[in-house]
Amino acid sequence: MSTDTVNQKSSLQERLGRNWIGIFIFLLVLIFSLSARAFFSVDTAQLIFFNGTEVFLLGIAELFVIITGGIDLSVGFVMGFSTVVASKLIVMFAGLGLPPLASILAGSVATMVIGLLPGLVNGWLVAYLRVPAFIATFSMLGVTHGISELMTQGIPTKNLPSLAGMIGNGSFLYRAPNGALSFFARPQVARGQTVIAILPNMVVFAFFFILIFAFILGRMKFGRHLYAIGGNIDAAIRSGINVKRDLIKAYVISSLFASLAGISYVMKYITGKPDAGANMLLEAIAAVVIGGASMAGGSGTVGRTILGALVIAILETGLRIIGMQTFMTYILVGAILILAVIIDQIFPNRNR
Amino acid sequence: MAHLLEAKNITKRFGGLTAVDDVSFYVDEGEVVALVGDNGAGKSTLIKIISGVHKPDVGEIFLNGEKIHIDSPIDAINHGIETIYQDLALAENMDVPSNIFLGRESTKKAFGLVPVVNQEHMTRESRKVLDRLDIQIPSLKSNIRNLSGGQRQAVAISRSIYWNAKVLIMDEPTAALGIAEQKKVLELVSSLRKQGIAIIIISHQMYDVFSVADRIIVMRRGIKAGERLVRDTTSEEIVSLIVGAESVEKRSQ
Amino acid sequence: MADQGRQAARPARSLASKGGVASGGAAGGFFQTPFGRFSARNWALIFLILMIVIFSFAGPGFFDIANFQNIIHLNTGTFLLAAAETLVVITGGIDLSIGYVYGLASVLGAKVMQILGAGGMALPAVIALGMLAALLVSILPGLGNGFLITRFKVPPFIATMGMWGICNGVTLFLSDGFMPVMGAPSQINDIGNSYFLYIDPSKSIRFFSKPPYITLTNIRNILRLVPNSLFLTLLVLLILGFVMSRTRFGRHTYAIGGSMDAAVRAGINVDRHLVMIYVISSFVSGVAGLFNLFQTGIGNYTPSGANYELMAVAAVVIGGASLTGGKGRILGTAVGVLVLAVLENGLQIAGISAFYRYIGVGVLLTIAVIIDRAFPDLF
Repeated sequence: MSTDTVNQKSSLQERLGRNWIGIFIFLLVLIFSLSARAFFSVDTAQLIFFNGTEVFLLGIAELFVIITGGIDLSVGFVMGFSTVVASKLIVMFAGLGLPPLASILAGSVATMVIGLLPGLVNGWLVAYLRVPAFIATFSMLGVTHGISELMTQGIPTKNLPSLAGMIGNGSFLYRAPNGALSFFARPQVARGQTVIAILPNMVVFAFFFILIFAFILGRMKFGRHLYAIGGNIDAAIRSGINVKRDLIKAYVISSLFASLAGISYVMKYITGKPDAGANMLLEAIAAVVIGGASMAGGSGTVGRTILGALVIAILETGLRIIGMQTFMTYILVGAILILAVIIDQIFPNRNR
Repeated sequence: MAHLLEAKNITKRFGGLTAVDDVSFYVDEGEVVALVGDNGAGKSTLIKIISGVHKPDVGEIFLNGEKIHIDSPIDAINHGIETIYQDLALAENMDVPSNIFLGRESTKKAFGLVPVVNQEHMTRESRKVLDRLDIQIPSLKSNIRNLSGGQRQAVAISRSIYWNAKVLIMDEPTAALGIAEQKKVLELVSSLRKQGIAIIIISHQMYDVFSVADRIIVMRRGIKAGERLVRDTTSEEIVSLIVGAESVEKRSQ
Repeated sequence: MADQGRQAARPARSLASKGGVASGGAAGGFFQTPFGRFSARNWALIFLILMIVIFSFAGPGFFDIANFQNIIHLNTGTFLLAAAETLVVITGGIDLSIGYVYGLASVLGAKVMQILGAGGMALPAVIALGMLAALLVSILPGLGNGFLITRFKVPPFIATMGMWGICNGVTLFLSDGFMPVMGAPSQINDIGNSYFLYIDPSKSIRFFSKPPYITLTNIRNILRLVPNSLFLTLLVLLILGFVMSRTRFGRHTYAIGGSMDAAVRAGINVDRHLVMIYVISSFVSGVAGLFNLFQTGIGNYTPSGANYELMAVAAVVIGGASLTGGKGRILGTAVGVLVLAVLENGLQIAGISAFYRYIGVGVLLTIAVIIDRAFPDLF
């Protein structure tokens, strides 16, 4: 009898412990809404997602590798590398006389393809030469940093078509004050009237890819294999999983998402520079870990990583809105990262 | 006369599970006691209580008739109770003397001031204890990583003996060894017995048990299902005790 | 079952290590000869010497005592950070916070000196209190790391990464948002940048300060020997090297890295030991940051993307340590730092874009690990 109540109590505690991230997000929103009246609005929500695009993308990049029990230190500089490649290519295509939209599309697609290369090398080093992921990807950090510095010679890329900025900072849907809807193009309205913008393009861009890979990770055999590799690599090998090939794929996906983040950066800020993602590593890993994945591998989901990234994105935008300086973000992200692991130690069954 | 080591009425529960239920046993100087039983019978838990990894919920432990408290593995070691686990607890990246002296390195003063590790002394002493136990290891300088399973086992045993183990607990000492090496380890156990050390062996291998043990204690589902002198029993009887063919059913009624 | 898996894995691993040596031997048997083993073990040193030879021919002014002093001077911080990281890596952990503890100590020291100096306190007191504050505070991240790792079982990677964020935030707060902290007494520059010995050929010899008639414009005319930065570097390297190779503390560090279980059962107080290791790591990084303040006269925060901590890890690994723990030497790390430092300096002098250095680091690291894999027993 008494054990029953104990069980109930512990299961309530456990449920709280397991969903602390949701409670935490709720508290964050509550605190920010109380400290700044403008915070609780659709605009702010969109802004959070817009500002957080790179954190979302890099979080997913890191997730695929962390599930296998690895780590990818290169995501920030692969992102920087991709901003340089994408911006240079777009400028080059435009210089060849291609129309702006075509240059942007061609440049982005080419960047995605080139963006697979760092991951291919990382994966090969990790899977075939058995170089520890930490070292292999740190080497790649150096290589991509070096190459992108050599490409820019210290000068951020300029002269991108203005269309890039319009795409990057534009939205999917606009509602004019008279109720008319328009896609992509901001309607011309009289001064003083407000246009409601819905779904920033870059958020749509990011989540298009995130959803595809959420499906791959959650529903396809390949996804199962990644969890198996991270859980017990010997068991994975013995059960006939092609571990080497799957590891390479994981690193390639990581690198792909890093270059998507790079493309998103180019669109938003109309420039490319090697250190565009230099300080993103902490946030990328934090997103995954706050989302409940273990660094030992075998756990973590896209949905929870997005929640983890959302915590960071809310913090960043929220702190900016209430007028706090950047340093608070660093302190809080660091503290929450540690806290997340401690909570997971106490409630070990958060993931499955 | 008091037994060298005696455990009385040991009980250990993990949540709702009673892993060890009111078990008493003893071991004397120069005696080898084998602890046998199926997986989950409570052998390991019992051993871990004696070696200080777990604290018993109920029960007392006596050494030479005196009640002792074992609150941590260090307490057990200080009382001369050494345990050799299956994974041997050796630092594979270090050489033989470093492992024999691990955590208890001998030092000398450099410049009469700073204590530095005295590798020469440790090597000399290691050589002595290995010779005493007739253990052959080609180079004491080789890292544990390069030794065979039997050699590792021997290093772990030498460490215990060097530090004056009175009671030596061995968890499956011959598992994962080749036939020739199994024989060597069993010989080593016999020679330890001659030196007056009390030995408790956990083993699945009936051959091992019958070739080295004096007495056998059978565990089953946390209780002591039986105790036999080796010379008075057969392996058939022990097996039937392990699987619980007779006595246990009586008890559960 | 799990235990048996572990049992079975052990002989397999020793087989694999033998296989590794054998495959090294397949490359012509060279690596089986004593000289071959020597060169595999000391490949970083050999590479360093080769680089020095090549750069001496390729770049005018490379092989010059002033340039060598310059290399040491500019890399004092890297030496200390890498030495700190070596201890942590040997335990099988990692400390990602050191680069930001470095910045924190530099900025905090400068800030305290700035405030006290403006308050009109006597100069020696200003400097002493500034140093004290920086050194004391630099212990805290290490305590925090050690505590999180031992008490809450937070993986070192996460604990120290969190601490990285926290230290970086505090540093940015102190430096008022990305501004180097000015206003520390200018005298500290003299301490950070002076030499043990100044020789003006045929005229005079002075200790610790330059002859007064020498100005900064003609300072190149005199011979300056043993910069204070070299003193500090040698002091820290020698102390840590001694501790790691000769004392029980060092032994226990290797044991913990080799097998945590073995260390615990051998009666080593592993938790206390790990806390001490992270505190030492953090403290040495603080010393490095403080010395950076003395060298530059400015409190420098660590810029994002500077990757000081990763560079330190790189030096440690090139120096022969293994990230799985139990292996590594301070001396090796010193060679690792020199490899990276000479690479950067030599490329610059040879007129090759310094950006190649980033690529070079990556390639060297990978080589280091592949050699480590092939020769697991080299120590």
